[in-house]
Formats: sequence, structure tokens, C-alpha cells
Amino acid sequence: MLKQIEGSHGVAEAVALCRPEVICAYPITPQTHIVEDLGALVKSGKIENCEYINVESEFAALSVGIGSSAAGARTYTATASQGMLFMAEAVYNASGLGLPIVMTVGNRSIGAPINIWNDQSDSMSMRDAGWIQLFVEDNQQAVDMHIQAFKIAEALSLPVMVCMDGFILTHAIEGIDVPDQKQVDKFLPPFVPRQVLDPEDPVSIGAMVGPEAFTEVRYIAHKKQKEALDLIPQINEDFKQIFGRDSGGLISTTNTEDADTVVVTLGSVIGTIEEAIDEQDEKIGALTIRSFRPFPLEQIRSALKDAKRVVVFEKCFAVGIGGIVANNVRMAMSGTNIPVYEVIAGLGGRPITRKSLHKLFKDAVKDNLEDVTFMDLNKDVVDRELEREHKLIQAGSVAENILRDGGVVNAAKTT
Amino acid sequence: MAHQQVKFYQTGTLTVGNRLLDAENRTVQGTMDRSNSLDSGHRACQGCGEALGARYAIDTAMRATDNKLIACNATGCLEVFTTPYPETSWTIPWIHSLFGNAAAIGTGVAAAMKVKGREDVRVIAQGGDGGTTDIGFGCLSGMFERNDDVLYICYDNQGYMNTGVQRSSATPGGARTATTMPVGPEPGADFDKGKNVPLIAMAHEIPYVATASIDRLHDLEAKVKKAMSIRGARYIQIFVPCPLGWGSAPAQTVNLARLAVESGIYPLFEGENGEITSTTKIRRKVPVEDYLKPQRRFAHVLKNPAQLSAVQEIADRNIRKFGLLEE
Amino acid sequence: MFQVRIHGRGGQGVVSAAEILSVAAFIEGKHSQAVPSFGSERMGAPVVAFCRIDDKPIKLREPILEPDALIVQDPTLFNAIDVFAGLSKNGYLLINSKRSIGELGIADAIHLPDDKVRLVPATEIALKHIKRPLPNAVLLGALAATTGVIKIDSVIEAIASKFPGKVGELNIQAAEAAYKLIKQNNQEELTC
Repeated sequence: MLKQIEGSHGVAEAVALCRPEVICAYPITPQTHIVEDLGALVKSGKIENCEYINVESEFAALSVGIGSSAAGARTYTATASQGMLFMAEAVYNASGLGLPIVMTVGNRSIGAPINIWNDQSDSMSMRDAGWIQLFVEDNQQAVDMHIQAFKIAEALSLPVMVCMDGFILTHAIEGIDVPDQKQVDKFLPPFVPRQVLDPEDPVSIGAMVGPEAFTEVRYIAHKKQKEALDLIPQINEDFKQIFGRDSGGLISTTNTEDADTVVVTLGSVIGTIEEAIDEQDEKIGALTIRSFRPFPLEQIRSALKDAKRVVVFEKCFAVGIGGIVANNVRMAMSGTNIPVYEVIAGLGGRPITRKSLHKLFKDAVKDNLEDVTFMDLNKDVVDRELEREHKLIQAGSVAENILRDGGVVNAAKTT
Repeated sequence: MAHQQVKFYQTGTLTVGNRLLDAENRTVQGTMDRSNSLDSGHRACQGCGEALGARYAIDTAMRATDNKLIACNATGCLEVFTTPYPETSWTIPWIHSLFGNAAAIGTGVAAAMKVKGREDVRVIAQGGDGGTTDIGFGCLSGMFERNDDVLYICYDNQGYMNTGVQRSSATPGGARTATTMPVGPEPGADFDKGKNVPLIAMAHEIPYVATASIDRLHDLEAKVKKAMSIRGARYIQIFVPCPLGWGSAPAQTVNLARLAVESGIYPLFEGENGEITSTTKIRRKVPVEDYLKPQRRFAHVLKNPAQLSAVQEIADRNIRKFGLLEE
Repeated sequence: MFQVRIHGRGGQGVVSAAEILSVAAFIEGKHSQAVPSFGSERMGAPVVAFCRIDDKPIKLREPILEPDALIVQDPTLFNAIDVFAGLSKNGYLLINSKRSIGELGIADAIHLPDDKVRLVPATEIALKHIKRPLPNAVLLGALAATTGVIKIDSVIEAIASKFPGKVGELNIQAAEAAYKLIKQNNQEELTC
């Protein structure tokens, strides 16, 4: 049924349709609306046979989820930003134990300086934790991917993160076709755990593994992620059959076939990028990575093989080296001579505008980009701060200095 | 039947045989058909108090639940010595996740059992004092506060033994550990630090809290049995001497546990919904030196009159506070 | 595409206004997207929300930089932030105030034809009907009357779906009152 609803509400409805049995809730902006809505759905009886647990931290949220999933319950939680870091140990543990938990990440930056707005640093901080990581472009995909996520997770016995841009999607109200229960039941059978805590058939889960077997255990985890490269498109095909929409898979492309320049990105920014591409005349295409883990090396390489240049546009970066997504894309492109540029944008919620994109595209098509470009970086403010630091040992906090230079602190004082 | 302390009439012994009791009051450990939750072949040290405590407690819980029991273990000695991959000593379903989340894992398992209509299956979370009073404390308090249907058992050996004997918030004043060495003007662990988690558990007003010691099986088993008769969050802290960490002879483990109780160092009590409902009386009070002497971790305390009297003061305060001596 | 930017303060229902407007457009079979400008949840802080309305799916995710209509729910914002930024020359401007442009001291900042600017005593209308100073629904009624981009019936239906029951009824009364006032095109009465 087509509804005009908030992304978070749509996700809550999608999760409800998946008949979750345990939901762990801890508030952190910007995912909070999802667990709030789920709380109301459980308490009102609209989700039957489900335990909704208000936990004391994100570490507990995922830990309770590990317990419930190991005991055979379909388990869901959501987090973002600092919450993801606070549960980091459990993130690795859930995948190591092979528990098919589904977790929404309302993508948000990581502090300090504290910042509640969107970028993708949080999901990226856990990119190597052994979870499947799926990024969505709009709220329809957010809804659809959650339904697919449970199926992928349970088929592989691996946890899945559905990553959606915080605020930009979680708080956006737009039209979403929310599937009906019959369709979802047809697509998603009840959860049959690979191993389960059961007094009738006692098993020990989580034993210590020494050097003699650790490599093999880790290799299997890698192997399973590689298998997911076949499974994710297959489940998307199944989904298409029932729901009539292509919402998942590994990548999606726009005009990559005859493009000289291909912009590679993740998440909701593709919408603005496509609009900006349509407004200009250069042969620019776009590729969106929907599955970041496993990383579809071959599919990306094949889609980019005819490009003259690749511009990886990402809302995160690894301090001290540069783009994270770009690094992965470079691996896909190794052995080719196609240059890969890195553009870091949208950090901490900085708007990504068509105006800035047009300038970027103009530079890109002339190969006029640096290896790593920080889009819309205020060079004056940066230079002033660097100068201050060179002059003074006790130059003070970078964040506060830059806010003062930018006039934000003064403005706040006068109003 | 309410648990009743057995009176002793023989002199020179504190042990009691099951033969003095009615059949239904005999210990689980004293029966031929006990479940043996923690099977032989585990890798615990000689004289490990924790291995004894865990077996006593879990066997009792198994009997109380007709073997419908799942255990969630924090990282630590108990986890490591019972499950050297690919072997396991556990005869019940058992999961180890992390150091600091055993209580939360318990919450999750209990939630799954509830949603599956298997509330006959009961859940125990367990860990050492480090995994309970320190790193797992947030999850423990959360589990208490929500009154989740989990019995949490802390095996208290007063330090991080698995990592090589470092101080925890359960390490007593004066004790030598790898991070509180007996050097300088105030050797060993500080006296004004640490926390009493049983009392903190009671402050959550959960249905049941108890302390127990491996030297008295009847008392320990009665407490576990009682805990399993109650729904909601429950906490039992069992005193389990550690020969390795304490520098004591393996043969002294049970004796040390007894001396800790009989000196007043380790008060045994029960609390229900925030109120203390019973205390285990000291049978024959001993000075703290008797308890300290067999332990190398306190060797310097015995030579330091100020520290020795500080330890005695703690014991005396416990005796007053919990009424440990018969009037 | 028609883009509306709504300025106000936390607690005035700015985000709800954008949502209701988007639902009203949805009711008319249009594509629409409402997004708040994402701040911490504090009463009284400046808040911005956006609503895009189009006949085709909306892909754009940037903030609304060049609004076709600007709604200012709190005139004290003029001192705090540049609410007029990017307002197109053919745009509409609705301000919650019973004062005139001159009295508000913003004449120099506005370069719009008179018929595109409406001063609506939304707080007063809200107090009369809702008994609370919530100008958001009132200004949506005014937007429907001024721009015609949305029908008042759709606004009413959207309010009813967002606030079922008594609260919704009162907000609908208030929105209709504003709609009628504008339709009568009586700026004098509006600024009384």
C-alpha cells in the first residue's frame, strides 16, 4: 500500500512485517524513530509474539540480540554513530558467532567533535567486522532491503546491517509502497537457526579457538561473504518476483555504458548526483554500491571497464590516507589504467548541492581533480587555524577555533 | 521446606554427612544420580574454587529445573577452562559471547524462551568478579533493573585471575595482585576502594539476592534452589578461593572459604526485594589472621599491624552490620 | 517542482507543517518529499523544514536553497538567520505577523510583487481556534489560498490524518479561517 510516511516509520513497518521475535531498543539520533515506532507496534499488539526490550546501552542492545538470536529468535535492533562504536565488540561477536541479526544503521558521523548529522563513518568503522553491509538509496529501498535483509541473514547465518543515511532518509517523509503481510510471509519463511541453545540437544557455543583452527574459522567467514555475492542478487530476484521492484542486489548503474566519467557512490546522495548529471552535457554515469560487504569487486570492475575516469564520491574517509570506498574501488580496478579520484563530501551533514557537484564534474572531466578532494572545504578557515597552530603551542581546541572563525560562536552569542 | 542450618554435635569437625538429613534435604552433590553439569576433563587448576562453585550451583539449578537450563558465560577462567575447542565440559546448552555482556546475553536468551512459549527453560548467566562487578556491571544492572528472568551467578575469587591476577573492584584491601604490588608505604590493594555488588543488587530491589561460599554445600544449594523457584532477576555471589591468584595450597581451597565466612570477612546472607531476609551465623569465630595466613597475597599484611587491624575491622564491621554472631 | 521552505522555532510545529503539506500533495496524487533540517530537539531553537512537490518522482536530496514559497512562522527569526536566502523572484512569502512589512523592518530584504507576500496573523488565528499559539496549520491554509499549489481540501485531509480527533478539528478550523481570509484578499484585515 502506497503511503506518505517518514523513512523511519516505513522501516518500522517493514521490520514488523518480518515478524521479529525480539527487538532491542536504545535511543540514538537519528535511528530513534525506528525503535520508537516498533515499541508502539509491539505494545499495541500489532506485532504479535515479540519481546521489545529497552536496554541500557548499545552494547547491551546487540548483546541481548546475540542471546536471543542464539536461542533461535528472529532478532532486530538499530543504531548509529557513537552507538555503533559502543557496541563494537558485540558487532564482531555477532558475526563471529554466525548470528543472523538484522540491524539498521541510521548513518551518522562519529565525534569528537560531537555531530549528530549524516555521513557514513559509523558503518565504515565496522566494515571489516564480518557483517553484510547493504546501503540504500531511498526509503522505498530501505523498506524493501529490510525484508530482504532477514532472508539474506538467515540464509547465510550472518548478521546484516541495513545502512540508511541519517536524517536525509530516516527523517524524510516520502511515498513508500509498504508491502502486505501475505507477500512478506511468502517471501520470508520462519527462521530456522543453524544452531540453537536447546536443553533437548545441548551445544556449547562460543568456545575458545586457538592458533590451530583460528585461520580456518576466519577463512570460512570470508568464504561465506563471497558466497553472499551470488546470494544477494538471487534474493533480489526472488523479491522482484513477488514485489515487482528491484531494490537490492550488489550495485546499480545509471548510464555507465557510454560514460567517460563514472561517479561511484553509496546511499542517498545518488539522487542529487543523478539530478546534477541530468542538468549538464558531459558523458557522466553513476554507479551505486548497494552491497559494500561483501564488496562486489568483479561487478564494479566490469561496470567501470569502459570509463576514462572514475570519481569515488564518499561520505567518509580514513584519516591519514583518504577515501575508504575509493580504496576498495581501486582494488576492483587494479591492473587497469583508469584513474580513480577520491572526493570526500557531506561530512557531518554538510549539504551536498548540485551547485558544488557541477563544479566538481567540470573539474573531473578535465582530469583537473586532485587525488583526494574535500568538496566545499573552506580553505581560508583551515589555513588560519594551521597558522595559529604554528604560532602558538597553546592554540586551543581546533573545533572551537574553527567555529569562532566561521562566526558560528559569535552568531550564537548575539542571538 | 525452608533451609535450616544443620547443628553439629561432634567435636573437631565442621563437616556433615547427608545421613544426618532426610532424603529430600540431602545435597545434589551427595547423590549418585547428580547431573554433573561440568564434566570431568576441564582444564581448571588444582583446587579451583570456581570449578567447584560452578558445578555445585549448576547441578542444583539443573535439578531444580528438570535439566531445562541454558547458561550464558562471561569471558574468564570458567569459560576458558571448560571449553577448550573442540571440547566442552558443559552438559547443558551453553554460550559464551564476551567479557562484559553475560547478563545481557541472559536477557536475550530469556526473551527468546518467552516468545517461544518455553518459559519452562530457565536461564543462568555467570562470570567471575571482573566480568560481573567491573566490565559487566552495566549489563548486570540493566538486567536487574528490567527484572529479566535470569539468575546471575558471580564466582567471586577477588581478582582477574584469567589474565594473570590483577585487581578488580572485588579485590580486598591489602591483597597483592599484579597491579597492586606489595611495595611502598601502603602495600597491596587500597583499603578504601571496591564495591559490594550483592548490596548494590539489593538496591535494585530484585526478588532475590544471596551470597554463598563453596565451603557449605547445603547453604549454597539451598540458595540456588530458592533462586530457581523465583521468577525475575536474581543474583548469587559465591565465594570461590583461587589457589593460583591467592598463593594458597590447592588443598586449602575449601578451608579458606570456610575461614572467610567464620572470620566475618565474607558475610553470607539472603535478600528479597531489597530487604535482608536471612544471614548465616558464624559457628565458631576465628581471627582474620587464620584466614590470611594460608594466602601469600596477604603475607605482607600479616607483618603490618596497621593493615592487619584494618582487615580485622572490616570483619568486625561485617559481623555487626549483618548480625553474624548468635546473640 | 514546487519547493517550500518553512522557518520557525522548536515547538511551533515546523516539521509537522512540512509533513502535512507533503501528505496533502500525496493525497492529490503528486510526488512529495518533506524533510526537517535536523537539529537537536530543543524548544525555541530555530528550525527549518523543507517540502518538495512534483509530478514526477523526487530524487533530489539537497536542502531547499531556492524556495518557490517561504513560510516564516516566527518573525523574530529575521534577527537570527537569513530566512530570505535564495527566495526566487517569483516566489511566495508568508509571514506570521499582524504587523506590516515596514513595521517588521524587512522591506529592504524583500523584492517580490505585493500579491506574492502575505502577512498572516497566524498566532492570533490559532489562539482563537486552537487556543494554543500554533501557527503551522494556519499558514498551510494561507499557503493553499495564496499559491494554489495545493488544495485546501487536501490540507484539511492531511491535518485530519496527522492529528485525528479534536486537535485535528481545531487545526482544520484554523486553517480554513486563514484560507478564507486570504481568499477575501483583505490584506487590511490580515494585518489588523
